[in-house]
Amino acid sequence: MSALLAVADLAVTFRTRHGAVHAVDGVSFEVGRGEILGLVGESGSGKSVSLRAITRLLPDFATVSGSVRWAGEDVLAMSSERLRQLRGGQIGMVFQEPMSALNPVLPIGLQITESLVAHSTLDARGRQARALELLDLVGIAAGRARLEQFPHEFSGGMRQRAMIAIALAANPALLLADEPTTALDVTIQDQILRLLRGLVAATGMGMILVTHDLGVIAETCDRVAVMYAGRLCETGPVDGVFAQPRHAYTSALLRAMPGAGPRDRKLLTIPGMAPKLDVPAPGCAFAPRCDLVRPQCADLRPPLRPVGPDQFSACHAAESVVA
Amino acid sequence: MRRMWSPALIVGLVLLGVVLVAAAVPGLLAPYDPLAFDFAHLTAPPSGLHPFGTDQFGRDILSRTIHAARVDLQIAVFCMIFPLLIGGSIGLLVGWQGGWIDALFGRLVDLVVTFPFLVLVIFFVAVLGPGLVNVYIAVACVGWVPYAKLMRAEVMVQKQADYVAAGRVLGYAMPRILLRHILPNACRPVLVYAVTDMALAILLGSSLGYLGLGAQPPIAEWGVLIADGKNFFTTAPWIALFPGVAIVLAGIGFSLTGDGLADLLRVKR
Repeated sequence: MSALLAVADLAVTFRTRHGAVHAVDGVSFEVGRGEILGLVGESGSGKSVSLRAITRLLPDFATVSGSVRWAGEDVLAMSSERLRQLRGGQIGMVFQEPMSALNPVLPIGLQITESLVAHSTLDARGRQARALELLDLVGIAAGRARLEQFPHEFSGGMRQRAMIAIALAANPALLLADEPTTALDVTIQDQILRLLRGLVAATGMGMILVTHDLGVIAETCDRVAVMYAGRLCETGPVDGVFAQPRHAYTSALLRAMPGAGPRDRKLLTIPGMAPKLDVPAPGCAFAPRCDLVRPQCADLRPPLRPVGPDQFSACHAAESVVA
Repeated sequence: MRRMWSPALIVGLVLLGVVLVAAAVPGLLAPYDPLAFDFAHLTAPPSGLHPFGTDQFGRDILSRTIHAARVDLQIAVFCMIFPLLIGGSIGLLVGWQGGWIDALFGRLVDLVVTFPFLVLVIFFVAVLGPGLVNVYIAVACVGWVPYAKLMRAEVMVQKQADYVAAGRVLGYAMPRILLRHILPNACRPVLVYAVTDMALAILLGSSLGYLGLGAQPPIAEWGVLIADGKNFFTTAPWIALFPGVAIVLAGIGFSLTGDGLADLLRVKR
């Protein structure tokens, strides 16, 4: 299967007053049609920056290198005209904070039809009809009255649904969801994830879901890519990675997750702090916190190598990692 | 939740309403022609016949004050609208672009604000010659600065907002994002300032009229009326008093309305 989006060796460096920050460092992944890729990692591991680099949303002081290919076409070298067609037309994006990502002074209906103005040839009546259809699709009842309402008249979950409707307006082939449920309470989270999964199944689009919640990954995604300190640790099918992680960090993350194990067991934590990103580690970025650390980990950066069926890991100790 | 209309806003709107009605149909309200002489009642004190009294030519002060409302309202609007449009557009572009354009804008603003507002306006009017049209030109040249600064600051805040990133990632072109998405969010403080600014504009127009640089006699304009009355202030204070009261009330009306709108228009979250 040819990938919709192929990211290879993506690196993002922010030039700041205090020197360069290597936010993303050599990340590669692919997403195909009908596939949900989960991008997981702790805060500052470069998940969101990677998404924004893909859509070229980063500010000017960010340097992006590597390649981002959309159906073979180089996104990073695209003309702004072509980029505008791609954004919204073929790639939709859902943000973390639905309130701030919706324009507070425009009615919801107008914000949906706005996307159709930019990416479809529908007339006003057609756009209105499509907007209603979209609200229906994302599970907002009584759409006609809702179209007239403003974002502040919507609840948190409804806002995120509206945001999804806007992102889906032009039938994109890929949906980027940047922690779409983080700002919502747990029951609503579940509804939104179900909705997204259902939409992927129904439309056959691909999706990249960024989250720091392994539970969300397990429940929603087909494949997972684990990031740490701007680098890719491990990637593979969700079932495979969860059953047999092949990177010390993935394994530590899974053990730190509540759920499995005896009730009174204390949750494991990973000792130490996430590294600063101004000086990239010469070896494995996780080495200082790793309990499987080996002599070469400090100096030799582990390459991403196959460790199982469709599973890749950048860990010198991949074979010693326990489930 | 429905927002309360504050008492300040209601009082302001009532005052403005009075000025608006006077400006719209002065002929219906004024008992006399504002330019008609009544030689039987020269500098007559307020009476049943002339409620606000008459000036040295026997012209009815009430009628002149009412007719002046139209001129002063026109001054208020034009002294606000041109700076608003010019400053608003500049602020919108500068705030969005940033970079060297912004730096250049900063220096230009420094240059203009170095001079006291009134002094600079009087300088322009002195060069161009007295008269209302030249007052408008002068105010447009000087008065755009606060609008541009307000708009620039708002746009700089708004362009960081997620909905702008969302607009970009939805593939909207720059003018669309700027005019349709950022502008409605950024224009509120500017509009509120504009209403308050109209109070200052009336004071400015009256000041310039008083100094003989604005509206020219025999046009009835509040500042001109006061200038007319100043020579008789000890003997016939009513000539200057009533137009003065009108200026104050109109000014308060615009100010209260501006404040009330500021409350009413705060973004709901």
